[in-house]
Amino acid sequence: MKITLKIWRQRDCQSKGEFKEYHLDKVSKDMSFLEMLDTLNIKLIKQGDLPVEFDHDCREGICGQCGVMINGIAHGPLKNTTTCQLHMRSFNDGDTIYVEPFKASAFPIVRDLKVNRSALDHIITSGGYVSVDTGQAPEANSIPVTFEQAEAAFDAAACIGCGACVASCKNSSAALFTSAKISHLAQLPQGDKETSTRVVSMVNQMEEEGFGHCTNTEACEVECPEGISVLNIARMNYEYNRSRLMKK
Amino acid sequence: MSKTLKAPIPEGPLAEKWNNYKAKARLVSPNNRKQLEVIVVGTGLAGASAAASLAEMGYNVKSFCFQDSPRRAHSVAAQGGVNAAKNYKNDGDSVYRMFYDTLKGGDFRSREANTYRLAECSASLIDQAVAQGVPFGREYGGYLRNRSFGGVQVSRTFYARGQTGQQLLLGSYQALLRQQHTGKVKLYARHEMLDVVIIDGRARGIIARNLDTGEIERHGAHTVVLATGGFGKIYYLSTLAMGCNASAIWRAHKKGAYMANPSWTQIHPTSLPQSGEHQSKLTLMSESLRNDGRIWVPKDKNETRAPGEIPEDDRDYYLERKYPSFGNLAPRDISSRAAKEQIDLGKGVGPLKNAVYLDFSRAINEYGKDVIAERYGNLFTMYKKITGIDAYKEPMKISPAAHFSMGGLWVDYELMTTVPGLFAIGEANFSDHGANRLGANSLLQACVDGYFILPYTLQNYLADQIKIPKIEVDHPAFEESEKLVKDQMQSFLSCKGKKTAEEFHKELGKELYDKCGLLRTKNGLEKAIENIRNLREEYKTNLLVPGSAEEVNSELEKAGRVADYMELAELMCVDALHREESCGAHFRAEFQTEDGEARRDDENFCYSAAWEWTGNASQPILNREPLVFDTVKPTVRSYK
Repeated sequence: MKITLKIWRQRDCQSKGEFKEYHLDKVSKDMSFLEMLDTLNIKLIKQGDLPVEFDHDCREGICGQCGVMINGIAHGPLKNTTTCQLHMRSFNDGDTIYVEPFKASAFPIVRDLKVNRSALDHIITSGGYVSVDTGQAPEANSIPVTFEQAEAAFDAAACIGCGACVASCKNSSAALFTSAKISHLAQLPQGDKETSTRVVSMVNQMEEEGFGHCTNTEACEVECPEGISVLNIARMNYEYNRSRLMKK
Repeated sequence: MSKTLKAPIPEGPLAEKWNNYKAKARLVSPNNRKQLEVIVVGTGLAGASAAASLAEMGYNVKSFCFQDSPRRAHSVAAQGGVNAAKNYKNDGDSVYRMFYDTLKGGDFRSREANTYRLAECSASLIDQAVAQGVPFGREYGGYLRNRSFGGVQVSRTFYARGQTGQQLLLGSYQALLRQQHTGKVKLYARHEMLDVVIIDGRARGIIARNLDTGEIERHGAHTVVLATGGFGKIYYLSTLAMGCNASAIWRAHKKGAYMANPSWTQIHPTSLPQSGEHQSKLTLMSESLRNDGRIWVPKDKNETRAPGEIPEDDRDYYLERKYPSFGNLAPRDISSRAAKEQIDLGKGVGPLKNAVYLDFSRAINEYGKDVIAERYGNLFTMYKKITGIDAYKEPMKISPAAHFSMGGLWVDYELMTTVPGLFAIGEANFSDHGANRLGANSLLQACVDGYFILPYTLQNYLADQIKIPKIEVDHPAFEESEKLVKDQMQSFLSCKGKKTAEEFHKELGKELYDKCGLLRTKNGLEKAIENIRNLREEYKTNLLVPGSAEEVNSELEKAGRVADYMELAELMCVDALHREESCGAHFRAEFQTEDGEARRDDENFCYSAAWEWTGNASQPILNREPLVFDTVKPTVRSYK
């Protein structure tokens, strides 16, 4: 396959970025999208150019480190698929592919396609946990959790923290990410004791990090590689309002 | 001079040793803990759980990872589960049974007391994880669910769908960030450790590179813990993440920490096969698939029919044939070797004839497609994403791939390396799995080391460190380490050769996989050592790294990691060459029984080989830690 790439190149968050055009002639359909970028990078290095910096690690769709906008869509055209699991068989010979970083003011660009997503960690730091120290835990089966509860909690806990939801949102909101953690813990007996304090801290932190507000466009759910549901956002709003009302 | 190493083991019967240790271990009072600093490198299950637990106790912890968030460490990718001797199934499990299974699974090449402790602490881990909100699989009544894994005859594996590692890691990551919130943990993401700093014979800090800016930083502490995982990525094609590396432990090795049994690498039997030269990694398909999938190859190596058209009589279900009592659930080393045997006979399937079939047709007929989809749906989806093939309709093609390092830094019972004050936990050490690790024991070991062992043993070490003031980083030892690191990076950049680090890595990996992988021979290993030396020489003169050291530069990061692999690879071959026996994952063709099974030599090789760095990668010194079996009598490991 012959592929034309238009890739966003930017030295750092202070510099101005631009699209640069590259051509690859021998792209195999079995290559993953990132392997295609590897191939481009080897070519660039040998020409004496700087390779395209991009984030990636496990390359099996679970670590959440990879993620770019491919033709304007977070993680590319396939549903429920991270960038690393996208293969070139999803493209056609002669295609032109636009590749950009996940853009959001809370995600400063490190270089090229690499962005700093520490803001997501900060949201968890503000309260995304159960306050239990090592050694305090009771016998595991003393806290029964029904099958349905565990499955529902898992559906929310499956978030990989890639930031596609933020990149897909016109407001750069992290509501899906934040609500997934709130929802995961609120649905379990271990976690629900702290729900009201947790939800307020996390929502406040989300705003402090510079993420926008949710206006229910639901674009986040559409692009989420894990299919995290926007119903989590509804639960977050419910818990948030409840917590504020209880205080008064 | 070769030495005999001893790991002081606590007194008493096996089941009492850990309690005896804890009863006598020294403590640090809560007031003194806040004077002490601990560096933990790595934020996988071992690193995050250790850092969180130590911070909860009151120590000041600095936590480092090279990923952009601690949640991305490669523990996240473990699929199948975590073992614990809870005996919730009432099927005969016990701490002793789990200990014995692990010891036998490792072909009697691990330390009895360590392995027992692993089993002993396993139940507490499940309690801890559940309390953190890890959504383990449940029965309808609300109690925890278990399944079975390779190499055992009980159901002791707890799991969270096919994402157990992710969920456990999120539990410890959240515990870590909770401590960041209290201010007891300082987090350094996108930082790579490049050296350990030793002052007066003790580990007192590290040199790290800020990967966003290229800045070299000095960090001091009273003690350093390495939780940097395994190095299976040395084979280039492996199930590991792209960033997994040996650099932290290898640089510690060059500062005096011994490397134990470095050649013992688990080659996982159920990975996706290589499809072409461009390939960067091999994706693992969970071992749990072997509960219902049947492994076979065509009997005729010139078979051209599609798998569905090959009649039963023309198929060889070789695992069921060779190991009737364990069948498709034979342990990983045995299953991988059996697959290689078939592939080497020319019976491999797929375009490169490098795979075997994993067939679900019988299970689908028996239970229906829905049941199989419920059990393994996510894996079938992943298979389709990567290969484009629907495994409900035709068998999966699978192949062995480098996976887990049983070897690693030598540690004593307290998980301390041969450098005082330098600890190694999780996959970075060598301790519990012997020559082959059982499935679902690696998540366990990482967690147990971090949550339940290190907090006691590290404190025992720190008890006499309370008078040591804060470690200042202007000490000449920091200066020296920093210079070493900077000079090395400069040498990579100024080389300006013709090959990228990645290209060298591919060559090295292929050499190592061919000659120091599933099957090893004296001739092969000698040849590999020669070839690796040549490649290492070429690396010095023909490496091409773009850019500079003072900026984001992933090529420079890779160059350092590959340079370390070049040295470690030789040590792996030396280790495999010296061990003239077969045990677990280490299979020397010269040492096998008449029916092709591993022939262990307890008379001459019942020890862990702990290699010492001498300044010359080609002249390591062999030290031995004899393995003493007081409770168990090593037997021939049979799964027939």
